[in-house]
Amino acid sequence: MKQNGKARALIKFAVSAAVALGGLFLLQRLLVPKYVDGIVEGAFIAEYYGEKKDFDVIFVGDCEVYENFSPIVLWQEYGINSYIRGSAEQYIWQSYYVLEDTLRYETPKAAIFNIQSLQFDKSQNEAYNRMTLEGMRWSPSKVNAILASMKPEEQFLDYVFPILRYHSRWSELTASDIRYMFDTKRVSHNGYYMRVDVRPAENVPTGRILGDYSFGENAWKYLDMMRELCEEKGVKLILIKAPSLYPYWYPEWEEQVEEYAQKYGLPYINFLELTEETGIDYSTDTYDAGLHMNLSGAEKLARYMGRFLREEIGLLDRRGETELQEIWKSKIEAYEAEREAQYVKYGMKEENGQ
Amino acid sequence: MLFTTYEFMGFMAVLFLAYYLVPKKCQWPLLLAASYLFYFCAGADYLIYIMVTTLTVYFAARMMEKNADKQAAYLKEHKAELSKEEKKAYKETQKRVRLRWLISCLLLNLGVLAVVKYTNFFISNVNGILNSLGSGKQISFLTLALPMGISFYTFQAVGYLIDVYRGTVPAEKNPFRFALFVAFFPQLIQGPISRFGDLSKTLYEKHRFEAKTLCLGLQRVLWGYFKKMVVADRILAGVRTIVGDVGAYEGAYVLVGMLFYTVELYADFTGGIDITIGIAQALGIRVEENFNLPYFSKSLKEYWRRWHISMCSWFRDYIFYPVSISRPMQRFTKFSKKRFGEKVGRRLPMYLSSFTVWLATGVWHGASWNFIVWGLGNWAILMASEELEPLYEKFHDRFGARGRLYGLFQMFRTFLLVCCLNLFDCYSSLGDTFRAFGSVFTAGNWNVLWDGSLMELGLTMLDYWILAGGTVLMLCVSLLHRTGSVREKIGRRVYPLRFAIWYGLFLAVLLMGAYGIGYDASQFIYNQF
Amino acid sequence: MEDLLEILNDLHPEVDFEVEEHLIDDGILDSLDIVNLISEISEVFDVSITAKDIIPENFNSAKALYSLIQDLDEE
Repeated sequence: MKQNGKARALIKFAVSAAVALGGLFLLQRLLVPKYVDGIVEGAFIAEYYGEKKDFDVIFVGDCEVYENFSPIVLWQEYGINSYIRGSAEQYIWQSYYVLEDTLRYETPKAAIFNIQSLQFDKSQNEAYNRMTLEGMRWSPSKVNAILASMKPEEQFLDYVFPILRYHSRWSELTASDIRYMFDTKRVSHNGYYMRVDVRPAENVPTGRILGDYSFGENAWKYLDMMRELCEEKGVKLILIKAPSLYPYWYPEWEEQVEEYAQKYGLPYINFLELTEETGIDYSTDTYDAGLHMNLSGAEKLARYMGRFLREEIGLLDRRGETELQEIWKSKIEAYEAEREAQYVKYGMKEENGQ
Repeated sequence: MLFTTYEFMGFMAVLFLAYYLVPKKCQWPLLLAASYLFYFCAGADYLIYIMVTTLTVYFAARMMEKNADKQAAYLKEHKAELSKEEKKAYKETQKRVRLRWLISCLLLNLGVLAVVKYTNFFISNVNGILNSLGSGKQISFLTLALPMGISFYTFQAVGYLIDVYRGTVPAEKNPFRFALFVAFFPQLIQGPISRFGDLSKTLYEKHRFEAKTLCLGLQRVLWGYFKKMVVADRILAGVRTIVGDVGAYEGAYVLVGMLFYTVELYADFTGGIDITIGIAQALGIRVEENFNLPYFSKSLKEYWRRWHISMCSWFRDYIFYPVSISRPMQRFTKFSKKRFGEKVGRRLPMYLSSFTVWLATGVWHGASWNFIVWGLGNWAILMASEELEPLYEKFHDRFGARGRLYGLFQMFRTFLLVCCLNLFDCYSSLGDTFRAFGSVFTAGNWNVLWDGSLMELGLTMLDYWILAGGTVLMLCVSLLHRTGSVREKIGRRVYPLRFAIWYGLFLAVLLMGAYGIGYDASQFIYNQF
Repeated sequence: MEDLLEILNDLHPEVDFEVEEHLIDDGILDSLDIVNLISEISEVFDVSITAKDIIPENFNSAKALYSLIQDLDEE
């Protein structure tokens, strides 16, 4: 009898705990942002894990990589298998840990890092931290990335249990929060965020005068770490600066990067100085007046990058590999379908062809 | 480490686990270690203050008891040979020895409290006087950290000291046990001010793990978190907006702010005490109640028997009674009776001693004129209603105003009175308080109550709904509580319902609590007192 | 005892002090009453009640109060 009572109590406890924890889990799934419509940048970092991880090139950086290079063109025209691991305002320590995380799965031939984020010495915005960090799978890299990114008011526990962070989101839930509770939807093309619309760059403001142009110690530290990591793993590190007209890229900053690249023998490509070679036309190739490239610009940059990777780094054409062909076939379809849909959306094309 | 931090919750989880796993005789030493760790986290510098208080009060109490023992032994030994007068004289001399210990220890501890808490207030007043005398000289302020909970633990220790002096509790022989009494962490931040006679009954006992006790304690903690996080911390934004700018928010806004603040104070303070008592209960320790449904009071006098009970009874037992029955006061009574007649003469001394108490209460609440005026305001109203009592009685008899409806009216009236007095607590200076209160009658901006201006106070429509829901829930729980513990009532229900209620409350705190990014975890209002 | 009841009745004519046993617990006597009471008692009985004697057990009923007075008188 007594044993029976004990067993019943145990079952009662187990069932209650299961109901309680199950409820919390469901709530957490419901409340976390899904990043499937509106702001989709938060979904980019996580999408990588669904890929067959056999890339030749990994881009890391902020919007200056994920809006400016089309991996589809790199494949179609050069047979280069590439992926962009970038997220909104991804800080350099995040780029470092995202790269470290990527290298746990595969060793690409080259890593391309956009040096724009050197200007930040510490995280500026909790929302951007979230967009990058939440997408990462749990690993020592993720833990370190969180610790390196947290602003003073943030708590590590909020990353472990995101419900603590998003507990008040119940008032702004939408249908997609239910639709994508357990499901996801692809929102990028190998990390590339497509926009086809055009807003020409006019009257680009020059940067205001800064008190100090030297990059911070912390930022340099992570660039050093990234360089050392690539050396250790035999990955060719390439530094770039995307041709974004602003945020303003100061000559003083340029000097420091050039000096660094020279010192360690790293290739450094500043696209701001290569408008002729790339053929970038700021009246047609940007969708937000010079901040980011649109599809036309991103394809032009991809072409330049493809040439560079083939000629300078010696990447081979892999278009002959059947497995990759299969993978890319569906990717190209999705890419073209979205392109068409966006042309319609922005009124650049009639619904039934031109 | 505030109650609403993850650190505190982690600390609690580890403590509960360890508490029921260690050998039973290690339970109270574990609590002592935990309390000192808790205090250390609040500020390492503070430790010295609490240690000085602990040691001096411990030592003085021991000395007083030794003296009392010596006296008893001496009297017993010389029982036969001493005359009654000699005995009395001996007792008197010994009593004076004890009194010397009492007073020097009181002076030291209350002195420390006075210095850290009131030095800058004193300096600012001196500066004000210097200024008005046209002197350019100004004294600079001291940068003294106010140790967390110093008002609470000092009072608790001093209460013990007086109890030992009076012989109502024995002096604690083990200094570590006494240290735990002073530093018991759940009540360090904001009380209640426990009596040694009450707390020591369960504090040092061996506590066997009992699921029911733990659950009852944690349920109370959860309810405390609900009040604090869902109601108090949420409404705080509105209070801050209104109180922060007297010029912009006047008239009707003042009434809104007054109401908000009263809700906030209630939810924050009673919620915090719920957490304290609940934690203690989960550890098997009984901490006396500090509130007894204060807003059901029908008079201010009753309110002060139901609100912050441990503080009020402290002032009553250790200040009001000793002062009012002291010999000088008795002499004054005789004098005033002779002078002003039986009726008035009897009251005068009473008013004088309660004046002292309310002055002390005001000063204790904070180092500013606001609190002093607040204390004296309470005193004035209490004394006025005492004087008008016969008049009320006549009125009631005449108009038969004794029904339930009239009771409700009395509660409402008392509530309003308390709200008004709280205004002194809201605003940072007396000038602001009076200006705000005055504007209620002159501003005439009643339209802000319905023209949407209330949505501009930092609270959204959703916040108002949550606050309304939370307040109604608090009211319902209070109504239910009149006929006994609500937790026990729930405990008698079937398990699925019980589970749903507590899980629901947990989810309410989790989802509707004002915490995390975008919300400042506000300090408990009573923290600094 | 008679004298004590007289003092008490003077304070609260509406209470029957011979039967009431919870004068403090039920809030019939408040702190002002107690102080009044003590000053009257000390005059009439010539004993000095001190703060330490003010505990509910001593004031809950007229009987308890009377025995307190007797104890103090003996000292």
